[in-house]
Amino acid sequence: MTTNGTFYGYRRENGRVGIRNHVAILPVDDISNAACEAVANNIHGTMALPHAYGRLQFGEDLDLHFRTMIGTGSNPNVAACVVIGIEPDWTRVIADGIAATGKPTASFSIERHGDINIIAAASRQAKEFVHMTSGLQREPCNVSELWIAAKCGESDTTTGLASCPAVGNMYDTWVPEGIYGCFGETTEITGAEHICAARAATPEIGEKFLRTWQAYQDEVVEPYKTSDLSDSQPTKGNIAGGLTTIEEKALGNLEKIGKKVSYIDVLEPAEAPTSGPGLYFMDTSSAAAECNTIQAAAGYVVHCFPTGQGNICGNPIMPVIKVTGNPRTVRTMGEHIDVDVSGVVRREMTIPQAGQALMDMIIQTANGRLTAAEALGHNEFIMTKLYRSA
Amino acid sequence: MSIPHLLVHNRLDNVGVVVVEGVEAGMELLAVVTEDDSDFTITTCHDVPIGHKIALTDLADGDTAIKYGVDIGRVVADTGKGEHVHTHNLKTKRW
Repeated sequence: MTTNGTFYGYRRENGRVGIRNHVAILPVDDISNAACEAVANNIHGTMALPHAYGRLQFGEDLDLHFRTMIGTGSNPNVAACVVIGIEPDWTRVIADGIAATGKPTASFSIERHGDINIIAAASRQAKEFVHMTSGLQREPCNVSELWIAAKCGESDTTTGLASCPAVGNMYDTWVPEGIYGCFGETTEITGAEHICAARAATPEIGEKFLRTWQAYQDEVVEPYKTSDLSDSQPTKGNIAGGLTTIEEKALGNLEKIGKKVSYIDVLEPAEAPTSGPGLYFMDTSSAAAECNTIQAAAGYVVHCFPTGQGNICGNPIMPVIKVTGNPRTVRTMGEHIDVDVSGVVRREMTIPQAGQALMDMIIQTANGRLTAAEALGHNEFIMTKLYRSA
Repeated sequence: MSIPHLLVHNRLDNVGVVVVEGVEAGMELLAVVTEDDSDFTITTCHDVPIGHKIALTDLADGDTAIKYGVDIGRVVADTGKGEHVHTHNLKTKRW
């Protein structure tokens, strides 16, 4: 199958295109998870997004919490959103931020009502949203309207040989067509930061990347490391797969951005890109679920995830497409893999052929095919937290 | 072309990656350099799991391991051509 440049998606009120049609039940804070899960249990066709935070956060960390919550509700894969928090003020901040997209949004706060009353009221509203959104029709959209993020996990030496270059080939092919791309994993660029800086569209953007990378070294790695990071980076899975050093891991990681495209800006965690179509670097954790969550919150609707040893993570609102070039992983845990590019290491498949196989799978996924992670119920929704709460 | 046992990213590299299962000590391996499709053979001294590296030349303690044509760390034990290269004889220069 070859792509013809179109797929069937959901065009939202703000013009963005989604590939899923979720009614999200979004808790503002950890203690509102139970009410959200009760609503999702009451009303079929809704999805609760429980998480661990949202209380006593302040400053930059609170800004990131709001950005992640608002961005998640605003994602075009979400058709409508019910927001539930313990008190009305922060609940309103998040609900108003989501409603600014024009999508149906409602908010509820629990204090002075209790869980049972709020669950009843929110369930009635969620049911109306299901009726409103479940009849929406997909319509023809252009590939150039896709926002496609990437991040690799449980990498090994085959990711640098096959699955990351497949993603890079996709970006080399589709970024010039007008898609938005995104890569991150700030610590995992270590050892290839000079190469990454050189791939910026301008020297100023490269300097911005290096400042972001250096800040992570200075503010996170140096203050908190014990001996060194070699017990965490590379991971035990990376080492089992043959990766020995962070430099080797970083060079494989960076194969994801292809050979030709340049990134046009450096984003804060969960920051929506505003410089137009193109590839962006986002300051993210290298932990898969954390990175995916803030890429989805920035507005990305589909994700390409190269893995070597078999990272199994998904995301509740953004389909995560797994790509592997490791024949042992295909053999032993193939149910997690959407695109098998192990032919590359046998020299039976070229990198452009691997990239085409991935692009075909992106189109199928955009048309509605559930990914392996979706079918297996992988809904990891993990907030990035910058420091302890007040 | 036969299926390679070993892939090498760049002609400058002094390590290559085993890409098949079942590599055992004494096997003659077909190696392919992916940047130009050139090939050569090398005999491994160890059983090496899929994904792990072997030295393409003799490496001395203090040498730099090269992969993708780039520095990937410091060799910390003398390592002969064909020997397994991993955490026991290669360390990061970063942390």
